[in-house]
Amino acid sequence: MNIKELEEKSKAYRKKILKYIYNAKAGHTGGSLSIIDILNVLYNKVLNVSPENFNSPEKDIYIQSKGHCVEALYVVLADKGFFPEDDLLTLCQYQSPYIGHPTKKIKGMEQNTGGLGHGLSICCGSALAAKKDQSDVKVYTVLGDGEMAEGSNWEAFMFAAHYKLDNLCAILDYNKLQITAPNADVMGLEPLDKKLEAFGWAVRHVDGNDVESLVNTFDALPFEAGKPSFIIAHTTKGKGVSYMENVLKWHHGVPTAEQYELALADIDG
Amino acid sequence: MKKYTFTEKKDTRSGFGAGMQVLGQTNPNVVALCADLIGSLKLDAFIKENPERFFQTGIAEANMVGIAAGLTIGGKIPFATTFANFGTGRVYDQIRQSVAYSNKNVKIACSHAGLTLGEDGATHQILEDIGLMKMLPGMTVINPCDFNQTKAATIAVAEYEGPVYLRFGRPVVPVFTPADQKFEIGKAWMVNEGTDVSIFATGHLVWEAIQAGEILAEKGINAEIINIHTIKPLDVEAVLASVKKTGCAVSAEEHQVNGGLGDSIAQVLVQHHYVPLEYVGVNDSFGESGTPAQLMEKYGLNAASIVEKALKAIERKNA
Ligand SMILES: Cc1ncc(C[n+]2csc(CCOP(=O)(O)OP(=O)(O)O)c2C)c(N)n1
Repeated sequence: MNIKELEEKSKAYRKKILKYIYNAKAGHTGGSLSIIDILNVLYNKVLNVSPENFNSPEKDIYIQSKGHCVEALYVVLADKGFFPEDDLLTLCQYQSPYIGHPTKKIKGMEQNTGGLGHGLSICCGSALAAKKDQSDVKVYTVLGDGEMAEGSNWEAFMFAAHYKLDNLCAILDYNKLQITAPNADVMGLEPLDKKLEAFGWAVRHVDGNDVESLVNTFDALPFEAGKPSFIIAHTTKGKGVSYMENVLKWHHGVPTAEQYELALADIDG
Repeated sequence: MKKYTFTEKKDTRSGFGAGMQVLGQTNPNVVALCADLIGSLKLDAFIKENPERFFQTGIAEANMVGIAAGLTIGGKIPFATTFANFGTGRVYDQIRQSVAYSNKNVKIACSHAGLTLGEDGATHQILEDIGLMKMLPGMTVINPCDFNQTKAATIAVAEYEGPVYLRFGRPVVPVFTPADQKFEIGKAWMVNEGTDVSIFATGHLVWEAIQAGEILAEKGINAEIINIHTIKPLDVEAVLASVKKTGCAVSAEEHQVNGGLGDSIAQVLVQHHYVPLEYVGVNDSFGESGTPAQLMEKYGLNAASIVEKALKAIERKNA
């Protein structure tokens, strides 16, 4: 898939995220729109994962640590053929397996997440296992900037560097907002790159809503032999829908009918 | 039989917020902490009126509990707040060692307990928190039933010296207890006296138990309904006095049967006065997405289930 095609995919994915959240009257809108370009590039360019090889020990692993943005992941997994997209019409409904956070009941989901601060540790374990088996499996996770405050992440940062897990890549969805307020007001992270470098990671910044930059960044993995890689992906919460961009209430806001139409037009625009 | 009515429905977490607002005005030692869920915990008024007595910890619950333990020096009374899963299970050892074992005057106050938070599903629906917390030596465990009672309980736990777990929820439920009530920790609340079966309910299930009592009355059964808002220390006297009169019992809670209120009651019955007991609670399962009413129905946590279990308890008594 070339860059143009990937950009079209991102647009289509954004519209689907909104469609299913609008239909469900529930969902984490802002964060799903902020990570969708990352998931697009991961699933269409980077990961060796498909419905056919999903049960194989050779495939790559993606664990979404910021589980609340499951809508973005559902949309991409449906597009990759893991399940019929229409299933998502049951999103968050009673007795639907498509609940508001990732679960392994859904084909393509690697891990149940939802409570923040779990994903990176699990990725460390899988990356270590792959190293021990001398396999080519690569392990990826997406973290939230609010989530970075969890101490477990920093335990995992130490571990990954100590065990030289250069088959591990953590991507930060750095949209600078969390539930209550901007990240910098809740619990500041900066200077993040210096902290992570001091923890033994190889760090790069990227525009996390620009698919071309993302492709180039992923192409350069691992950034340094013998070190885990960290991508600080600068993103916009609510990206693509101008009235949602950088607005706190869209963390789990659901658009009205009118807002929904406006959003679709905006994405096409 | 007393008739209970309500004019409005409110969430118990708003009762917590209202209680915190009162404490903000009346008790300068009370401070609050939150792990990025201020809106969900209804802390806005407390923070607005007492900005210097609120500390945002970020999404770092383990750190928050330790900070709360440390803040107690000089007589401060910290309320550490988040969702019930992240405020108990996630930080169990912090609570165990730094709060309970060290006997710190920390109040762990948590919303979204149980099934009824809705679409978020199992990771956010803790059904084990009562068990986890009641097992800790010295920990008081409270699960009030409506807005007014949660407000009163919030004020009461600040006056009490020692670690407390206060549990409440997200859905709006009938407000049927008095606005001016005095909350007595450890004292069961007689909702309705009866002679045929004792129904011990806690939290959101108290209103369901009242409904069940009305259905049972239509069948000619006179149920005694007791609100066990304090699960630990349990009001053993009230439990025993009731079952000695009725000869059988039902426990009702939005929690796993394993380790919940029902188990605490069973211990009392087995040791002091054996009678048949039926459990209304979640039976060894994680939750899922759905509206509160759908989930309460599926997991058998409503008036209909309480009626069914009451009939079964009576049948066992008469067998
Ligand atoms: C351990 C834990 N604490 C609290 C929550 C509730 N919660 C869900 S999303 C969220 C904010 C996340 O912020 P961030 O990581 O920045 O994600 P984004 O804003 O990009 O959606 C919180 C506090 C949770 N899911 N897990």
